[in-house]
Amino acid sequence: MSEKKRPQRVEYTKEMNKAGYTILIPSMAPIHFAMLQYIFRSSGYRLEVLENHGPEVVQEGLKYVHNDTCYPALLVIGQMLDALHSGKYDLQKTALMITQTGGGCRASNYIFLLRKALQKAGLGHIPVISLNLSGLEKNSGFTLSLPMIRKLVACVVYGDAMMHLYNQVRPYECAKGSARLVVDRWTREICSQFDAGKGISMGQMRKNLAGIAQGFAQVPVKRIPRVKVGVVGEIYVKYASLGNNDLEAFLRSQGCEYMVPGIMGFAMFKVDNRLEDIKLYGGNPAKYALCTVLMKYLTTMEKELIDAVKKYPQFVPPSSYQHTKSLVKGVIGYGSKMGEGWLLTAEMMELAELGYGNVVCTQPFGCLPNHINGKGMIRRIKEIYPDSNIVPIDYDPSATRVNQENRIKLMLAVARERLGEVGPAGGAGPAATPYTAASQPYAETRS
Amino acid sequence: MLRIGLDIGSTTIKCVVLDQDDRLVFSSYQRHYSQITQKTGELLGQVAGEVLLGRPASLAISGSAGMGMAQGCGIPFVQEVYATRAAAARLAPGTDAIIELGGEDAKILFLTGGMEVRMNGSCAGGTGAFIDQMATLLKVTPAEMDQLAEKAQRAYTIASRCGVFAKTDIQPLLNQGARKEDVAASIFGAVVNQTIAGLAQGRRIQGKVLYLGGPLTFLPQLRKSFDKTLGLTGSCPENSLYYVALGAAWCGEGETDIPAALEKLAAYRGRGEYAVIPPLFQSKEEHMAFTQRHWRHAVPCGRLEDVTEPVFIGIDAGSTTVKTVVTDRQGGMLYSKYQQNSGNPVPLIQAFLQELYTLKPDVRIAAGAVTGYGEEIIQRAFGVDYGVVETVAHFTAAKKFMPDVDFVIDIGGQDMKCFKIKNGAIDNIFLNEACSSGCGSFLQTFAEALGYSIQDFANLGLFAKDPVDLGSRCTVFMNSSVKQAQKDGASVEDISAGLSISVVKNALYKVIRAADPSELGRHIVVQGGTFYNDAVLRAFEQELGVEVVRPNIAGLMGAYGAALYAIQMAGLEGKEGLSGILGPQALAAFTHKVQSVNCGLCPNNCRLTVNTFGEGRKYISGNRCERPVTRKAADDSLNLYQWKLQWLQSYRPVPGPRGKIGLPMGLNLYELLPFWHAFFTALGFEVVTSPLSDRDLYLSGQHTIPSDTVCFPAKLMHGHVEALISMGVTSIFYPCMSYNLDEGLGDNHYNCPVVAYYPEVIRSNMPEARNVTFITDYVGLHQRRHFPGKMAAILSQYYTGITLKEVKKAASAAYLEYEGYLSALRVRGEGIIRLAREAGKQIIVLAGRPYHVDPEINHGIDKLIASLGAAVVTEDAVSGHMERFPVGVLNQWTYHSRLYAAARYIATQPDMDLVQLVSFGCGVDAITTDEVRELLEEEHKIYTQIKIDEITNLGAVKIRLRSLFAAIRQQKAEARGEEETHV
Repeated sequence: MSEKKRPQRVEYTKEMNKAGYTILIPSMAPIHFAMLQYIFRSSGYRLEVLENHGPEVVQEGLKYVHNDTCYPALLVIGQMLDALHSGKYDLQKTALMITQTGGGCRASNYIFLLRKALQKAGLGHIPVISLNLSGLEKNSGFTLSLPMIRKLVACVVYGDAMMHLYNQVRPYECAKGSARLVVDRWTREICSQFDAGKGISMGQMRKNLAGIAQGFAQVPVKRIPRVKVGVVGEIYVKYASLGNNDLEAFLRSQGCEYMVPGIMGFAMFKVDNRLEDIKLYGGNPAKYALCTVLMKYLTTMEKELIDAVKKYPQFVPPSSYQHTKSLVKGVIGYGSKMGEGWLLTAEMMELAELGYGNVVCTQPFGCLPNHINGKGMIRRIKEIYPDSNIVPIDYDPSATRVNQENRIKLMLAVARERLGEVGPAGGAGPAATPYTAASQPYAETRS
Repeated sequence: MLRIGLDIGSTTIKCVVLDQDDRLVFSSYQRHYSQITQKTGELLGQVAGEVLLGRPASLAISGSAGMGMAQGCGIPFVQEVYATRAAAARLAPGTDAIIELGGEDAKILFLTGGMEVRMNGSCAGGTGAFIDQMATLLKVTPAEMDQLAEKAQRAYTIASRCGVFAKTDIQPLLNQGARKEDVAASIFGAVVNQTIAGLAQGRRIQGKVLYLGGPLTFLPQLRKSFDKTLGLTGSCPENSLYYVALGAAWCGEGETDIPAALEKLAAYRGRGEYAVIPPLFQSKEEHMAFTQRHWRHAVPCGRLEDVTEPVFIGIDAGSTTVKTVVTDRQGGMLYSKYQQNSGNPVPLIQAFLQELYTLKPDVRIAAGAVTGYGEEIIQRAFGVDYGVVETVAHFTAAKKFMPDVDFVIDIGGQDMKCFKIKNGAIDNIFLNEACSSGCGSFLQTFAEALGYSIQDFANLGLFAKDPVDLGSRCTVFMNSSVKQAQKDGASVEDISAGLSISVVKNALYKVIRAADPSELGRHIVVQGGTFYNDAVLRAFEQELGVEVVRPNIAGLMGAYGAALYAIQMAGLEGKEGLSGILGPQALAAFTHKVQSVNCGLCPNNCRLTVNTFGEGRKYISGNRCERPVTRKAADDSLNLYQWKLQWLQSYRPVPGPRGKIGLPMGLNLYELLPFWHAFFTALGFEVVTSPLSDRDLYLSGQHTIPSDTVCFPAKLMHGHVEALISMGVTSIFYPCMSYNLDEGLGDNHYNCPVVAYYPEVIRSNMPEARNVTFITDYVGLHQRRHFPGKMAAILSQYYTGITLKEVKKAASAAYLEYEGYLSALRVRGEGIIRLAREAGKQIIVLAGRPYHVDPEINHGIDKLIASLGAAVVTEDAVSGHMERFPVGVLNQWTYHSRLYAAARYIATQPDMDLVQLVSFGCGVDAITTDEVRELLEEEHKIYTQIKIDEITNLGAVKIRLRSLFAAIRQQKAEARGEEETHV
């Protein structure tokens, strides 16, 4: 163990890219990542979003990553190593890509942990590309060009729009799978627009967003009362079904409507942090000006998204970042920026405001920022929104589904009671799964 | 219509039947031994046949273990907390709060003033299973434990987080002779603390309180313990065991087709979706060959009766067992004894010696050595010649079986020890930290819970077809993994094999953390009682892909090693034939008295357990320092931790015109006290600090901790703020700080998220903090130029008339004081290093965070190191020697950059070694520990890590440190070319 060499950074070179290296990236939010994969491919990178699931992923993670490290690192690295060990890829022509935010939380260290893991596995020659906007690490074979950045921003907007509406339509659709068809149709449409260099201007985006909203509005639905559940938490565990034991499917099986805030808010939060830092501690005015411009750009995008959804009164539009931010004033400081920072607290409050006060707060076991922004703030949120019904759930390799689901069920039992409903009609509707039987008897108590 | 309610918990199944008038016409409470589907079927059949008699009934199932089955069989399911509430609403209206403890769950329900429900998280063990485990440890039934608790005189502090932690606290107490009565009561106290700290989360439990569930129904002393802590009298109502079942019955809707449900139950085989691993043995033949291979490693034996020469004695006074051997001079085994240790090893050794003297009245003892948890007490009680640290004992024994051994793993009842051997010295020690116990007693606990003896249980697994993949974590987690597997229909055989495999995986991947088993070496000796278990041994070989040596005395290796050590030492010292071990007459007159007293020699006022043997030989335990033993104050002249503490305590309040401002002394304020003291004093404030942490201070803030898995130093902050408020301070300054000062050692200079933002947690979770001016604004000391302006703006929100000019002046004074403190620290550190070198002492850099100086956090580990004869310095005293250098991680936290720098620096200093203190739950240290280890190992230094928490078992810490010192000594001896005599 001792005479091991320290991992050296292997650059991803132009030659590698020319030689047709495959770049593997772990999956997270599926709707967004489908488009992301396309953007990279059409820009000359053979990107592949990893879809491998299963216990091997966790086993690989446990084997190569310090077990007390946060669960997302374990899963993401486990997923990559599992893929590398699968025999599917030519290990002389494969690179890995991972996001890096550069914040004060452990997540900024994932890329280093990944390199250590590769070294341990004897795969130290595989280049790892940092996907970041902070200029943390550079690779000659990979540059985020301006058109790519614009496409990526557009991808976040479209992805958020589709995810947001899909989640609101799917539980009520008359024909099973019809909401999914809208997602698939528009994903194809947008990707072909990207190909043609379109879909990124403000005008085109407005048109596309209107089209997306209309597409979902046209899905025939049957509105029945459902428990509305919001999901917040650490970004990976919140979105990735691999990280949260497929929470979305579980909640659906319990007859719930499921809502998860978009990625845009997180992106704006990360930019805004730079502004807040300078406001709080002082700093470079030029940087401040640059970030202000970027913030304005994102705000305009966000407004387009909200406006498109607002046209249809049956949909709950997403809150604007600025509004969400205003909710935590006096609750937690804007300087709390590590991990999801104050945004996590704010999203719980936003959800409560939008009628999704039944919240699952997901976090990796022992997640440091979540001690503060998640569990640490629940008490305060309850004071402000007494009807909020929040359950924090820890995820880690050994946390079992049965315990997690039991705790969520408790939250749901309370939610159902408040809804005054007797569960979804037996067997009818989309919730015809093994769980349906279980969800019937949540009768209101006669106390 | 009748109503049937079933409550299927983790260990028991409860059933009730109500008639039309809600009268209870049937009730049953029994253990299900994980045969959930079967028992449910039987019970329901009984109800149908004896109670229903064809009448219609509704049926609902509740309880975590019943969820899967209910789903699978289409029987209505009611979440158990929800059911409890439904029952309480009918049976005990007006209840304000319910505390319910079950087999593995703990719940608090607040019914009035905003309904809230709390359940224990995945890391909480103060439950029935925990109480059962503790009772097992005391060798009593839970009911007997309750009777014992009634006669308690004093309370010990026992960690309440999970059973594993508590065990490591209780075992030494028992070994040191603490009264069982006191321990029993302390265990209940731990359960109460766990429930309140883990579940109340800042909400006070008051008003009319109901106690429900098995433990609270059957254990009146536990209820009393709750009453006492909560300051109220709760009640345990009629049918307190059946509230969940009753609630389920009342939640049931409509008639259930009972015969159909019975059929479905009979057909239900679970979902079978659990992950499986390959079987241990494919055939009986394979097993046979395996067994024969292992029986080859046998120790030479002789007959005690035939021996004429003096003999040697080896004693291993372990945590759950006591092993004793008698050997001849060549290490031939003459006699051995293996005894269960029910807490106190003294009578067992007494019995062993008596037996020896009876068997061979003319025996002559040349020398004896003792190792294990009970080393000191046994050495003192019986005059045993040598004490030897466990690792050295095990290594000595392993060498006898495999002279070129390069890896030893010992899995005993409670602890696991693994170490690598390099150049004939113990190089790298891995002990199981408190959170990863996958040891013998772990298997035993599961075996007993499932109704088997450990041998039968292990053998069941040998030929299991589809062993369950249970992962590799601590007992509490494992409980739920097993629960899940059962839910999915795994057989007992598959679970047994899965548990054995998980013990191995736990050792390999959690304790040793080997990426590739081949790293361990190819010459491996496995020992410890757990390896008698063929399933574990087989799993180990399979996982490693190598054939290992399991001596036929695997369970006696500690004692055997001690005997070999005695042979070796006696030879070196030429003391043969002069053993000080009590002879037959002295033994006959042997007495042992245990007293507990308060020390009173310093403000710590430790509770001491004083053991007195025969003619006044004494053994004192429970002490944090050597003072009650030596009657002298500890010498702190070579201990930089003590210097730091004294320096920080020298910042006294200076009365000023602007009144008092309080600083809670914890986390980063430990480091920044010089800064803020100078700053506020210059502004005319009287700076008051909270007192040094102690247990009571911690407990006073415990009820407001929202996250039970945050690190202990953060948890302590609640007590410090509480202390300031109760001192009457009306302004408290505790700023948020994303950034620390930039010392130029890293890529960035953050604080960790907890240090950075804990003030937010305090503000939102301590109602008392709202009655004072609580200043938690975001402050950036790293922006020295902007700091005064920003700080003046912050202060103007709370105070009038503080000018920018004043703030600027105060800031200058503050930065100056802070820098002065750091340079004094470095100078003092250098001084200690110089003095230590002159005295030829080893220097230990006890590396952690600034707040690890708090004695309540470090548990006196600094003093322990000093008492072992080394000088102690801090990481920040030596980190200044280094310039920034590349590390294998993102080096972005100031405190942690110091760790890397210190590690790199000491790697160049032959007489320095590093011991890293790691707080349990510190996520950042998951990254730093690996990096520090690599930095040290690159330069062939031994890495030692000590995990600390609310409570820390100093016994285990001592083993680690003594092994470290033994290894350092041996490395040095070899460096000098003095080949030590090997046996």
